[in-house]
Amino acid sequence: MGLLTPNPGLLFWMVICFGVVFFLLAKFGFPVIINAVDKRKKYIDSSLEAARQANEQLQQVKTEAEKLMAEARAQQAAMLKEASATRDRIISDARGRAREEAQKALDETRHQIEAEKESAINDIRRQVAVLSVDVAEKILRKELSKDKEQLEFVNRMIAEVESSGKITESE
Amino acid sequence: MKRIKYLFITAIALMVFATGTAKAEKDTGIDVAEIVFGHIEDSYEWHITDIGGKPLRIPLPVIVKSSTGWHVFSSARLENGAEYEGLYIASEGANAKKIVERDASGNEVLPLDISITKNVLALFINSAILLIVMLSCARWYKRHEVSKGAPKGGVGMIEATVLYIYEDVIKASVGAQYQRYAPYLLTAFFFILENNLMGLLPFFPGGANVTGNIAITVVLALFTFVLTNVTGSREYWKDIFWPEVPTWLKAPVPLMPLIEFIGVFTKPFTLAMRLFANLMAGHAGILSIVCVIFITAQLGAGICAPMSLIAVIFGIFLNALEVLVAFIQAYVFTLLSAIFIGMAHPKAEIEKK
Repeated sequence: MGLLTPNPGLLFWMVICFGVVFFLLAKFGFPVIINAVDKRKKYIDSSLEAARQANEQLQQVKTEAEKLMAEARAQQAAMLKEASATRDRIISDARGRAREEAQKALDETRHQIEAEKESAINDIRRQVAVLSVDVAEKILRKELSKDKEQLEFVNRMIAEVESSGKITESE
Repeated sequence: MKRIKYLFITAIALMVFATGTAKAEKDTGIDVAEIVFGHIEDSYEWHITDIGGKPLRIPLPVIVKSSTGWHVFSSARLENGAEYEGLYIASEGANAKKIVERDASGNEVLPLDISITKNVLALFINSAILLIVMLSCARWYKRHEVSKGAPKGGVGMIEATVLYIYEDVIKASVGAQYQRYAPYLLTAFFFILENNLMGLLPFFPGGANVTGNIAITVVLALFTFVLTNVTGSREYWKDIFWPEVPTWLKAPVPLMPLIEFIGVFTKPFTLAMRLFANLMAGHAGILSIVCVIFITAQLGAGICAPMSLIAVIFGIFLNALEVLVAFIQAYVFTLLSAIFIGMAHPKAEIEKK
């Protein structure tokens, strides 16, 4: 068979073969592959987009969490500060009140002591007065048992009164 | 025709070994031209190998419509020039190696011959393999969800090749309507590639010189031709019959339109010739190199051993080269078809821009 003359039988079979292959592949072969690849491309794109969004959201959540943490920390610090201030105030209040109480108690005690002292002094004074009156009575009684002495006494008394009056005048 | 054959063989012979060896081939009885062209050309049987001097061949069905009606029988009946139902294989003349019958005046005439020849059977086998490979690939996509990821292994390889042709050749060359032509161009690419590669296998079911046969490439080129011109836009036809050249070039003598019009046919013609010539030459080259071993075998071990070594190394090199050529020719055919189709839609391209 000549090399450069197409054989009609081969032409015929080639048209049939290629036609059938073309029909089948064009219908069930290549479109399926290309569509699948296209779909996969879209899927990858959408996956990347989703991943990007998720990442973004994660970032957002992270910053939010950080913000919350910072807020909480600030709140904590404030609370601690307040608590310590309260504590200090309570302590100082208590201290002040204790001091006042102590002062009051001290004062009262002092007053009491003063009063006791006064009453004791008064007591002593009264006793001394009673004693001295008693002593004076006894002395007088003894003295006055004799007329002469009685007279003398009267005189001395008068003199005493006079002198005391002079003193008052001179003053 | 014969002169071309001999020129071809001599050129290859000169390229590889000394002229002395070429002379030897006549003496030793090994007919390189017969071996090479017996392989390159089509035949009614599939000759696989010779075992102990006996040929191992697959007889193929002969389907012929002669003057006496349809004849369907095994080619084994026509072996060694036998005649069956008035039909026989012509041994010489213009119809050499074809099934002929004698008309009333005793002249050999060609009946309508659609026999399943070696190339037709190879075409069937290769088409079946291509269909199985591609459709099983397509089935993979139907069975796997998109979210399960990309295919690996063979399907991945096919996918990468499909995408390479689709994105880099078809999308880049055809223009706006590339999706419409993608199935044809992809089919053409894989069909040619598959037949090219199968032709490189040295044993059955490969080894047939399918894409190195002008009938095959002519049909492929015709598909491109029809697709290009049937779907061509109005601007395309206007560019052919009234191109943008100075008026004296197109009227009154339609010089440019004539050139453009011839171009319509030369484009697919070059497609067919390029593919045919490259593949045919590749097969012839490899076979010639292998034949060197058998030619030098009769000249004694001293010549045969080094020549065989050279032939084997050269054969390996040529085979590797042919694998490359198998891809390049499929690629070039697809690329040029895509460009021709793209040129037939100039308006679409402008709109795209």
